Amino acid sequence: MLTLTCPCCGVAAEETELAPGGEAHLKRFGPGASDEDFETYMFARKNPKGVHFERWRHAYGCGKWFLAARCTATLEVFGTYPAQTTEPPADLIARIKTRRPDWEGCK
Amino acid sequence: MSTRLATGGRLIDRTKPLNFTFNGKRLRGFAGDTLASALLGANQMLLGRSFKYHRPRGLVGSGVEEPNALVGLGRSGRFEPDQRTTTTELFDGAETVSQNHWPTLDLDIGVVNNWAYRFLPAGFYYKTFMFPRFAWKHLFEPIVRRSAGLGRAPSLRDEDRYEQAYGFCDVLVAGGGVAGLAAALAAARKGARVIVLEQTAHWGGRAPVDGGTIDGQSPDDWIRNTLQTIEKMENVTLRRRCMAAGLYDHGYVLGYEQIADTTPGDGRPRHRLWRIRAARVVTATGALERPLAFAGNDVPGVMLASGLRDYLVNWAVSPGDRTVIVTNNDDAYRTALALHEAGLVVPAILDARASVTGALPDAARALGIRVLEGRGIAKVHGGKRVTGVSVCAQAGEGSVLEDIACDAVAMSGGWSPIVHLWSHCGGKLLWDAPRAMFRPDAARPPTGADGQPMAVAVGAANGVFALSAILAEAKDTAPAPAIPAPDDEAPMAPVWVMPQGAPDALRYKMWLDFQNDVKVSDVQLAAREGYASVEHTKRYTTLGMATDQGKLSNINGLAILSDALGQPIPATGTTTFRPPYTPISFGAIAGEARGEIFQPLRRTPMHEWHATHGAHWEPVGLWRRPYTYLRHGEGLHDSVRREVRNTRAAVGLLDASTLGKIVVKGPDAGKFLDMLYTNMMSTLPVGKCRYGLMCSENGFLSDDGVVVRLSEDSWLCHTTSGGADRIHGWMEDWLQCEWWDWKVHTVNLTEQFAQVAVVGPNARKLLEKLGGMDVSAAALPFMTFTEGVLAGIRARVFRISFSGELSYEIAVPASEGMAFWTACLQAGEDLGLMPYGTEALHIMRAEKGFIMIGDETDGTVIPQDLGLGWAISKKKADYLGKRAQERAHMANPDRWQLVGLETLDGSVLPDGVLALAAGVNGNGQKNTQGRVTSTYFSPTLNKGIAMGLVRHGPQRMGEVLDFPTEGGKVVQARICDPVFYDKDGEKQNV
Amino acid sequence: MSDPVSALQGQTYDGFARITEAGLHGMITLRADLASKKLAKALKTQGFALPEPRRVMASGDRSALWMSPDELLLILPYDQAAPTVAALEGALAGEFVLVADVSDARALFRISGARAPEVLAKLCPVDFARLAPDEVRRTRAAQVAAALWCSAPDEFSLISFRSVAGYVMGVLEHSARPGSELTCA
Repeated sequence: MLTLTCPCCGVAAEETELAPGGEAHLKRFGPGASDEDFETYMFARKNPKGVHFERWRHAYGCGKWFLAARCTATLEVFGTYPAQTTEPPADLIARIKTRRPDWEGCK
Repeated sequence: MSTRLATGGRLIDRTKPLNFTFNGKRLRGFAGDTLASALLGANQMLLGRSFKYHRPRGLVGSGVEEPNALVGLGRSGRFEPDQRTTTTELFDGAETVSQNHWPTLDLDIGVVNNWAYRFLPAGFYYKTFMFPRFAWKHLFEPIVRRSAGLGRAPSLRDEDRYEQAYGFCDVLVAGGGVAGLAAALAAARKGARVIVLEQTAHWGGRAPVDGGTIDGQSPDDWIRNTLQTIEKMENVTLRRRCMAAGLYDHGYVLGYEQIADTTPGDGRPRHRLWRIRAARVVTATGALERPLAFAGNDVPGVMLASGLRDYLVNWAVSPGDRTVIVTNNDDAYRTALALHEAGLVVPAILDARASVTGALPDAARALGIRVLEGRGIAKVHGGKRVTGVSVCAQAGEGSVLEDIACDAVAMSGGWSPIVHLWSHCGGKLLWDAPRAMFRPDAARPPTGADGQPMAVAVGAANGVFALSAILAEAKDTAPAPAIPAPDDEAPMAPVWVMPQGAPDALRYKMWLDFQNDVKVSDVQLAAREGYASVEHTKRYTTLGMATDQGKLSNINGLAILSDALGQPIPATGTTTFRPPYTPISFGAIAGEARGEIFQPLRRTPMHEWHATHGAHWEPVGLWRRPYTYLRHGEGLHDSVRREVRNTRAAVGLLDASTLGKIVVKGPDAGKFLDMLYTNMMSTLPVGKCRYGLMCSENGFLSDDGVVVRLSEDSWLCHTTSGGADRIHGWMEDWLQCEWWDWKVHTVNLTEQFAQVAVVGPNARKLLEKLGGMDVSAAALPFMTFTEGVLAGIRARVFRISFSGELSYEIAVPASEGMAFWTACLQAGEDLGLMPYGTEALHIMRAEKGFIMIGDETDGTVIPQDLGLGWAISKKKADYLGKRAQERAHMANPDRWQLVGLETLDGSVLPDGVLALAAGVNGNGQKNTQGRVTSTYFSPTLNKGIAMGLVRHGPQRMGEVLDFPTEGGKVVQARICDPVFYDKDGEKQNV
Repeated sequence: MSDPVSALQGQTYDGFARITEAGLHGMITLRADLASKKLAKALKTQGFALPEPRRVMASGDRSALWMSPDELLLILPYDQAAPTVAALEGALAGEFVLVADVSDARALFRISGARAPEVLAKLCPVDFARLAPDEVRRTRAAQVAAALWCSAPDEFSLISFRSVAGYVMGVLEHSARPGSELTCA
């Protein structure tokens, strides 16, 4: 059972205090978007064995959504960061590259 | 005979005798006994029957590894099957029964399987019961089910109570033996917060029985002194009778604490499940001795050498006067020495090793005990207990060299470190060939949230057996680099089959898994039949799948399989170690969650009133709402019809408190709601109400409700009863993660207000009687709201209707909800007021053709399907779900659409039935063209009414559809307008 | 005026700790930019001090609890909630804030006695030994959301939603039963 530290309130919360929200950094496509773009936004999800960026909500705590970078194979948590961003922060990317030199980066 | 010795027994208190029963027979033991030691001490060697062949079974071990000696324990609401006697402490009045036999333990009809063992090999059931198909269900399965299984499942409610608790520490030590205590002390001295869990009632592990010196002290002295030191340290918590059951992600450890097993009914929780978060875990879980595979190794009286030694030293129980030792290592000699010291006879030690030297064998020889080198057991004699053994050369094929009469056999095939906890969460093992054991590979430990090792194995669990090395290791906290043998012991020699060249006839009698009756021959057969994977062999033969989960059998089975496959053991690998380490009670897993507090029931402020006025409850999410209020002698249908008719004729009262109420406020709140709802909400005038729809991004209708414009920058959004939390979370998701620069606040005020619907022609009169507010048609027209004081209570009154009647919904502070409800009841007394429940609500909305989320919608329905196109703004460039609804399939005119349905005979259509169309589909199933989504008997119209989704439905008014119902009967219904009652809305708009 | 009643009307249970449903209290949810000077001033006027993240600031019969980066919970006597909401709304008119009276949406429990943390440790995944003295922890109590803090020596306060007050009382009672203490005396 995971523990993730909520970047909004600082509590190291266990999984039962959190609600998962799937893949992070999706770009919304609304009216006017092509079928292909909309399909990707709505349905296509990454499922890597390794580094993954996810949405979590501190549902039983401060109620805020946040993002987490985690290894899906070892469950190592590289870091958590606020949801109000379109890409992972540079220092987190650097940390992941140290821990996972083979990682190909965000695609 | 097994007996209690006159002296000795380090764990028993002879001044405290305890009475208990076994199969109704009254027996006596002592405080400090386990059920097993007490039974054995009372000469009860035969304790059960095996699973498949119903062979007689006695004790093999003395702890968690025991596969055989399981009993039913307790009575009525405290009866529990499959209790392991070796780990159950004896208590006064314990009632035990043996299992898996019929009619009695001594005479078991099922033992016929035993004589047919050649015809019941591995995979027998798979092979035999394949054909004919019908025979499995009607013939084979009932027979197999009756003869299979261990204890009987309890039929009564568990009378005990259970709980859970959360714990936190820097270092969790699993196991309170010498290694665990030494590691705990070392960690505590560095200032760590330490929790030590010991599964038994005693500290110190095996050391007091095995002997030796620790830091110059006897094991008992060292343990006592160490405990005294630890107990004074505030940063250490010691818990006995608490097993580390599993290690999970991020240092999460489940601890299974047995609190009141020996004091049933004393009011304390029986078990407690600890949910511990540890930064680091030390596995000091010890090791288990392995049996040897020789013919007849399952006869009662054949025991593990360590187990037999435990009975002797800990509980002063002799398994018999004459015990033959059979071993491949030095440790078993300790059993010989202990037996000798107790004045019992060891006729011989059969050592499979060709030549035996060293301190322990020398000590045995010095006492005059025969040590036979290079020897093994060809066969054990005896049925319900051992009468003797035939000796053979280990190197040979089983020719009998001599017969030795004995009452017991102590066997030792070497030791396996207990690597379960290490392995549960990804720790890897390495094969230590010289000592024939898998042990933790320190280079590949389980890792935690930080990617660093989260566990370290110490002591026997790490393959370190020498006491001196254990202490050194604990002080370093890193595993010892070179693994020494136990102090002064000669190397063991792996022995997987005894004798090594045993023919089939002997292999058929060599048990690997005692409980499930898996033998050497079964594993070899599996290999011949192509089961090359250990996981497949396990499932095919059921090796290691019994309640002991292969603690004794897995390594031996693995070695046999590897040999049969002609590959080294590490190439075969182990099966997966899964938590819990030993079975834990369902009660502990459920914890406090049973009975009244099984789940958090949500109660409205008027809940108690409903309960005392005949409420028949309907669960709505976690809420309980009155379905109807039953009057004395009334059936459900009658009650519901009465409530509908009364509401339509006079006035009804509904507790609508469960409706979601979310306030959305801020400069961008209008813009936000325009995105959230399909309607335009930003243009709603202050003081007005508007029915709104919310869709998922996938375009499907997700929730509905009345939106109210409270002020220039704030709106109140009503949601469905089950939807409030979900919709509030949905709002926050979009505000926090997508439109975070929009200035909008939300707050879920669902529970701040009790909400009461006053519905029916007399509704206005009732409110006027309550007094305090102008609720006239002019002051409060349909779809508006006002605030003020009603019946002396702060109230917000909405003029909205879900029934088609003149209707008000009044929100008051929840703390005054009951007072307001009472005021309404009093005011309505001479207006014909009756409360009504959710079923009347549903019927009245169906009579009006109003949709219900969850009835007309199922996650695949868009608003356009429901004739709700009017609620979709054409002016908005975007809203959640808009892009999805533009997809070709969503705009397809062939989609099923909402219509009303009236049966030709006035009957009520069954819920969910499909309307047939001509022809069949590719699977040969009849084609369909629609389905019923809501169906009721309408008390207002006195006939069945229904709503449904039908292909091209709105263009097919008057057409008759066929609905096949259960039993093949076809009900015909005509497509009609879904608004059955007061089509022009004259009743609600007065 | 009717007499408002709390969810459990002061129900109590005496186990190895004392459980009390503490009756009605005024509670105000405030969502705002907590760094706003105008907010601090408005709060001060009403007798509240702005707490640090995850902390409670108590003075007299008023407490301000930090609930999230843009949310405070103000606790005060029940009858003062409505006028305080009005006063805050007045003082903060035109600001991007939401002030809501939630007095009737909640239940407040007190868990008192030296062993109070042992009751809560059975229900909440919280490390009570490492909880700061003035820390507010929002968490889960068995199956429902809760906020808790140490409100006096040997006393914890716990807030839940009103509708589940019966459930919360049930799990607190279950956890406080004599004989189920987590540590030796």
